[in-house]
Amino acid sequence: MSTAVAEVPVQSQVHYLNANYGIKSWLFTTDHKRIALLYLGSITLMFFIGGAAAVLMRLHLIEPAGALVQPETYNKLFTMHGVVMLFFFLVPSIPATLGNFLVPMMIGARDLAFPRLNLLSWYVYITGAAFTLYALISGGVDTGWTFYTPLSSHYVTTHVIATAMGVFITGFSSILTGLNFIVTIHKMRAPGLTWKRMQLFLWSIYATSVIFVLATPVIAIALFLLVLERIFHVGIFDPAIGGDPVLFQHLFWFYSHPAVYIMILPGMGVVSELVTCFSRKKPFGYIFIAYSSLAIAMISFFVWGHHMFVSGQSVYAGFIFSALSFAVAIPSAIKVFNWTATLYKGSISYDAPMLYALGFIGLFTMGGLTGLFLASMATDIHLHDTYFVIAHFHYIMVGGAVMAYLGGIHYWWPKITGRLYHDGWARFAAFVIFIGFNLTFFPQYMLGYLGMPRRYAVYPAEFQVLNVMSSAGASILGVGYLIPFVYLLWSIRYGPIAGSNPWQSTGLEWKTPSPPPTENFEVPPVITGEPYGYAEPEHARV
Amino acid sequence: MSERAASDALPLLPDQPAHSASSVLHHQFEDIEQQRDADNFGMWVFLATEMLFFGGVFTGYIIYRTLYYPGFVAGSHGLEANLGAAMTFVLLASSFTMAMAVHAAREGKRGMLVGFLTSTIILGIAFLALKFTEYIHKWHEQLVPGFNFHPALESLRGAPERSVELFMCFYFFMTGLHALHMIIGIGLLAVLAIVAWQGKIPRENYTRVEVSGLYWHFVDIIWIYLFPLLYLIGGRYQ
Repeated sequence: MSTAVAEVPVQSQVHYLNANYGIKSWLFTTDHKRIALLYLGSITLMFFIGGAAAVLMRLHLIEPAGALVQPETYNKLFTMHGVVMLFFFLVPSIPATLGNFLVPMMIGARDLAFPRLNLLSWYVYITGAAFTLYALISGGVDTGWTFYTPLSSHYVTTHVIATAMGVFITGFSSILTGLNFIVTIHKMRAPGLTWKRMQLFLWSIYATSVIFVLATPVIAIALFLLVLERIFHVGIFDPAIGGDPVLFQHLFWFYSHPAVYIMILPGMGVVSELVTCFSRKKPFGYIFIAYSSLAIAMISFFVWGHHMFVSGQSVYAGFIFSALSFAVAIPSAIKVFNWTATLYKGSISYDAPMLYALGFIGLFTMGGLTGLFLASMATDIHLHDTYFVIAHFHYIMVGGAVMAYLGGIHYWWPKITGRLYHDGWARFAAFVIFIGFNLTFFPQYMLGYLGMPRRYAVYPAEFQVLNVMSSAGASILGVGYLIPFVYLLWSIRYGPIAGSNPWQSTGLEWKTPSPPPTENFEVPPVITGEPYGYAEPEHARV
Repeated sequence: MSERAASDALPLLPDQPAHSASSVLHHQFEDIEQQRDADNFGMWVFLATEMLFFGGVFTGYIIYRTLYYPGFVAGSHGLEANLGAAMTFVLLASSFTMAMAVHAAREGKRGMLVGFLTSTIILGIAFLALKFTEYIHKWHEQLVPGFNFHPALESLRGAPERSVELFMCFYFFMTGLHALHMIIGIGLLAVLAIVAWQGKIPRENYTRVEVSGLYWHFVDIIWIYLFPLLYLIGGRYQ
């Protein structure tokens, strides 16, 4: 980005990490960069808790009769895996860490519009997580992450209330984060930074924030009604006492389908940045990538019914939801084609973040295309609630969102910490994760197509080979996630000094020292040109 | 923002004169106008969230009203429309005093501001008192689902007991959620009234009053929808 900022010192003496010390300076900070790190720590913890549940599940499924736990425990494991990973890792992952860190820097502001609200959102998140962890420790919950009624409202005796309250509470942290981003992007952009000069990451974070603000309250109300029903035994969703369980599914998916885009849209934003930076090219069709984020956010509100083709929804409603679900494929495909067109004749370097980005493009495409099988009513009858569904959304959520998250963490790590990690290890980990991921989830497509239902603790013997492959893949994947954890922590202390812009990127966030000073920019930037000036000769690789 | 770019080519540094009113201007903003814009816009975005929050319950209400029509009509008929009308009147009056409070803050008239804020608070409390009276009536009629639901035959009006119970669930949940918002609003206004009394709301920065006013009017509007939905429609068909 061409800006009026001329000289950038390599590392400033006083930056946001050493501006002050002590536990209080972190717990009462209103600096968006420190709050991003608070989030980073907490969601990493939640990621490993959710991951541990997944490891136990995969170990259990090595044998057809179940190798490890009681069926009741297995139910609790997949529920906790889903609840923790979705609500406490994937939803806040990129927005609350990279988003918090980068949004003010990318728009040239000193902080978000409401810094105290931002800190509050982290405390709200922690409170919600505490409720959910309490439920986990005191015996777990076994409804599945979807909390379907009347199972959740009437039949189970586990800690539904604590878990649902945890999700309810943490929803408000998403709302506050989204609200903060929307206001910040609207009102606090640096002089000269028009909408069409914004980096693509900002567009996707903006679209995500719209979903945060408009969808999250609906699941909040649905879960709150569920809790009331459980406490007071009134029939809101339970058919035995006059309620309608399908209404719960409608309210639940009205949030939870857009929530899928909460998880993937920021990932798309990260990948847009990575592909552009490591191909040394302007993004192909900038405006299409930007607007397709908004299009995805908008269409996402009208497709929730495709989760309910077999829930007694009318066939006409199903027909419309099916058609609208196909429509989401259009903006998604626009993004994929634009990324590949950006790569075309680019000067590509395969640094670790780029490996994650390329992994994302392939895996997301596969996850997206298999989504079309599930959006077609006829094939969905066959595939509904099988491992095919599990494989599909893990290709989107893990192959897509987590790959992008790791790519983003690797890309901005030098900016966040001021240090470089070991490049060889990073590339190696990216390969391990890619191989482990595919070995885990590709067999699940086959299992689902052959008819293995999800959420069962036992299975017929003919599925064993594929299940063992999947479990083997999961252990590789688990190791793959531990490697970055180790070398990234190592780099904080021992890594070489990164300098302000190790990737030679044109982004505004690189035009300030790493780690940035508390005020982000020593001289407030004035933007005079387009965000991706790679094709201009004076910005070519130095 | 592009206009801002033109007019504001030299952004202010934290130690420059515009920050002399530092107690008023937060460090992340360039000037008071930007801060006011952001505060107002933030409240509007929050209200969008609130709309969807209530939207979930409204949707549920409308679906169940269609499914269990006789029970919902009987339930509506059992509510006291006169009391509801009185609450509506009180709440509309409070909206007026709130609007006047915002006007007073804009004009920088401290006494008027405190007076109108206080009267808004009093009207809000009056609303809650009326609401509470109605809740007590429902308790005596044994129409409180989950705690005390043994309705007399005439309050069912021939409708199945289950669907009347469902109506009462929604009645308590919707009005209760609304009352919770009222209580939060009264708390906000009480803090504002104290701060205004201390003279800490300067004319240049009355955004806090304006933003609280937006919230207050929004809560009123919710009631404007609740009143006909719960009290008025359906009763006539008996």
